[in-house]
Amino acid sequence: MTEVFDGIVVGGGIVGCACAYYLSERFPKVLLIEKGPVGGGSTAAGMGHVVVMDDSRAQFALTQYSQQLWNELFPQLEPSCEPRSTGTLWVAADEEEFSHVDGKRKLYESNGLRAEVLDTKAIREAEPHLREGLPGGLLIPGDSVIYPMTAAAWLLDQARLRGAKLLQGRAVVKMGQGKTTLDDGTTLDAHFVVNATGDRAQTLTPGLPITPRKGHLIITDRYPGYVRHQLVELGYLKSAHEMSNESVAFNAQPRATGQILLGSSRQFVGWDPGIDRNLIAKMVARATEYLPGIGSLSVIRTWVGFRATTPNSLPLIGSLQHDPATLVAAGHEGLGITTSLATGKLIADIASGVESKIDRNPFAVSVEVKS
Amino acid sequence: MPELDRFDVVVVGAGPAGLAAANAAAGFGARVALIDENELPGGQIYRASRGSISASVREVIEDLSKKSVVRFDGSTVFEAPSDGVLRLWGPRGTQDIGYRSLVLAVGGRELFLPFPGWTLPNAMGIGGLQALVKAGLDVREKRVVVAGTGPLLLAVGAYLLEHGARVPIILEQAPLKDLALFGAGLVRYPAKIGQGISLGRHIATRLRAGAWVERAEGSRAVESVTWRKGGKSFQTECDFLACAYGFVPNVELPQLLGCEIQDGFVKVDDQQLTSVKGVFCAGEPTGIGGVDLSQVEGRIAGLVAIGQDDQAEALFGKRESWKRFARSMDRAFALRHELMELSTPDTIVCRCEDVRAGDLVAWESSRTAKLQTRCGMGPCQGRICGPATQKLFGWTQGSVRPPLSPVPLSALGRPLDEIEN
Ligand SMILES: Cc1cc2nc3c(=O)[nH]c(=O)nc-3n(C[C@H](O)[C@H](O)[C@H](O)COP(=O)(O)OP(=O)(O)OC[C@H]3O[C@@H](n4cnc5c(N)ncnc54)[C@H](O)[C@@H]3O)c2cc1C
Ligand SMILES: Cc1cc2nc3c(=O)[nH]c(=O)nc-3n(C[C@H](O)[C@H](O)[C@H](O)COP(=O)(O)OP(=O)(O)OC[C@H]3O[C@@H](n4cnc5c(N)ncnc54)[C@H](O)[C@@H]3O)c2cc1C
Repeated sequence: MTEVFDGIVVGGGIVGCACAYYLSERFPKVLLIEKGPVGGGSTAAGMGHVVVMDDSRAQFALTQYSQQLWNELFPQLEPSCEPRSTGTLWVAADEEEFSHVDGKRKLYESNGLRAEVLDTKAIREAEPHLREGLPGGLLIPGDSVIYPMTAAAWLLDQARLRGAKLLQGRAVVKMGQGKTTLDDGTTLDAHFVVNATGDRAQTLTPGLPITPRKGHLIITDRYPGYVRHQLVELGYLKSAHEMSNESVAFNAQPRATGQILLGSSRQFVGWDPGIDRNLIAKMVARATEYLPGIGSLSVIRTWVGFRATTPNSLPLIGSLQHDPATLVAAGHEGLGITTSLATGKLIADIASGVESKIDRNPFAVSVEVKS
Repeated sequence: MPELDRFDVVVVGAGPAGLAAANAAAGFGARVALIDENELPGGQIYRASRGSISASVREVIEDLSKKSVVRFDGSTVFEAPSDGVLRLWGPRGTQDIGYRSLVLAVGGRELFLPFPGWTLPNAMGIGGLQALVKAGLDVREKRVVVAGTGPLLLAVGAYLLEHGARVPIILEQAPLKDLALFGAGLVRYPAKIGQGISLGRHIATRLRAGAWVERAEGSRAVESVTWRKGGKSFQTECDFLACAYGFVPNVELPQLLGCEIQDGFVKVDDQQLTSVKGVFCAGEPTGIGGVDLSQVEGRIAGLVAIGQDDQAEALFGKRESWKRFARSMDRAFALRHELMELSTPDTIVCRCEDVRAGDLVAWESSRTAKLQTRCGMGPCQGRICGPATQKLFGWTQGSVRPPLSPVPLSALGRPLDEIEN
């Protein structure tokens, strides 16, 4: 095969699909290679909360930019992508947590985002099933929820309408210097190749500092209106950052179907796919602290997924110093649904040699090359 | 944390297979647990509500109570959290139960193939309607069309007539020549439940062989069915439609335990042992064959589970003859290809998630279809649409995730029992 692609994207999760989406706006010959079903990796396992996070400045910039891009796409998305403007309600469990709410509000507002402090009465009005006597919380109305799998497929469909190609059912075994080798021995040529293989990116680009962090989820039967906003405990950041082996935080998402998706746990246990019942029990206990009546709702499924974690909790988006034809778009931790679009934009900017709307430096990739 | 209660043998499912297994194992003094999600033992055939258990089952149950069998009635096994441990949800909440040997006798369920109107109210399965009548549904003077395949049609047709229903027609999809081949077996089958059904004239005149439902019509509930025979379509008015295409095995719990599945059934050896050490399987999950086959398999499993291999071996011949009978049934009632082509693009395939046939044609596997359309993601977790899409599109079913059936969230809130070795 002598065809030379402008760009090859390896991995058809939401990040790879977003890369293909924006690359296909600028390049006629884009190929996406996915070994399994599109969106069948972490994308199928996650929650689909599109959220602006104030974890670090770089993360705020990336999530805010990405949210703007999602908002632009919302009117075009297929109904099956289930875009819903639920907002995020950060729930304070005690006065100590509540005392930080106003600072958080200011931060969002200073960045041009709406934010509203709810007191103990207002939070119960907003969410009648929350425990009585909670001090309050912070509502970020601009956040939303999507259905990640169909959204990924939609992005790829749009890319294909612009001429991008899909090669499905073949795994990439080697990539570098513009060459991509498939598991049947074929080698494809491209001006640049994007490694968007999520929590597996370090196998194709050795040295990437990515570790899988396991998460458990629980989904209920349909209870429309039981929860109205995406609910997250304010203590969440504490647990998300704890590098300890295991943490649990309350997280409840209203799905378009009326189902409630309950998170979240974080564990460093490699790729062990088993369900940890004791951890599930802790998640149930945690959810019950906030939503005391939830124990009687019917559960239909539990599962696990893996987040691609990096040391500074920021995704790796950029080219390799020693091999500029290799780009990396991986390591999106628990925010890859949100940050997929901004990632796609940044990758397209890098590939076409233009400046980006946000500073790319915090996401620069550096790997130790072993020769 | 409470300490795990461990039994020598745990039997899941108190149908013919499970009852036989529990009895066999307990006969030699082993400590046996028998779990069933129904309030009363008996399985699908003897599912006797309101205490009206048939005499033969009452005997078996009395036998159980004389031996050391601990019954967990109304308890659903919804998880297999670790080696040698099952989780149940029942009257006492969540319980963990340990086993040295496990007999899976979880039975089967009816197979539904989608056609326009199959989800209308008052359209249901054949066993399903019979169970409703047993539970008190009054069908007197109601017109019930019975359709599908297999000896169950006639058994239930007769049952409905006895209960005062009018059964205008019974539609058997298998052609007449195959039914004739099946011959003696057909007569033998319903005799087994001792309901004294004979293939009398009142059944024979209603039976249409080589005929099947094309669609069901009605605004708020079924009002009529359009059926096909010999290249022509006919319409029959009715108040109920009982339609199912035989049985499919319940393989979800075996799958969750890691048992190998072969051609849709749990793979077992001569001793009913699955690919997982200490885990046996008996009855419908290993092959659909009726009460007698389930019973003899259950007995063999129960005996081997407590080391009575010789006694078990003595039953191999009997099992083989019932298997031959089962194979002849399979041949006689093989499903015709027309049944796979009845749905139109807007026929619902997945009832839980409202997924229509037209939404599914684009996908190449059950997993992609599930990811993209939610087919099989609802409360029944693909129990109904899974077997249908397997027949319709040749899709194999994906992995099983706990809970096996819906349980309250609080059921998952209990930490595992301490395991003492
Ligand atoms: C429990 C949980 C909850 C989450 N909740 C949220 C949330 O609410 N909001 C949010 O924004 N994010 C959330 N996330 C994070 C989000 O799901 C991920 O960051 C995101 O899906 C990552 O997408 P990806 O495309 O990088 O990876 P993936 O979806 O894993 O895609 C990688 C793809 O690459 C393919 N691939 C791998 N190797 C090869 C190869 N050699 N050749 C070809 N193909 C290959 C894989 O098959 C896969 O499809 C959550 C994650 C988890 C686990
Ligand atoms: C109306 C009707 C009439 C029939 N007539 C005849 C006949 O005349 N002759 C004949 O040979 N056959 C007949 N059959 C078929 C016969 O009923 C079956 O072949 C037989 O019952 C199979 O026995 P089994 O023990 O394998 O499974 P089942 O009888 O299905 O028993 C399985 C049991 O396992 C329980 N179970 C499953 N999963 C779980 C779980 N996770 N936790 C707890 N419990 C669980 C179920 O509740 C069920 O009680 C008839 C069937 C029906 C529906």
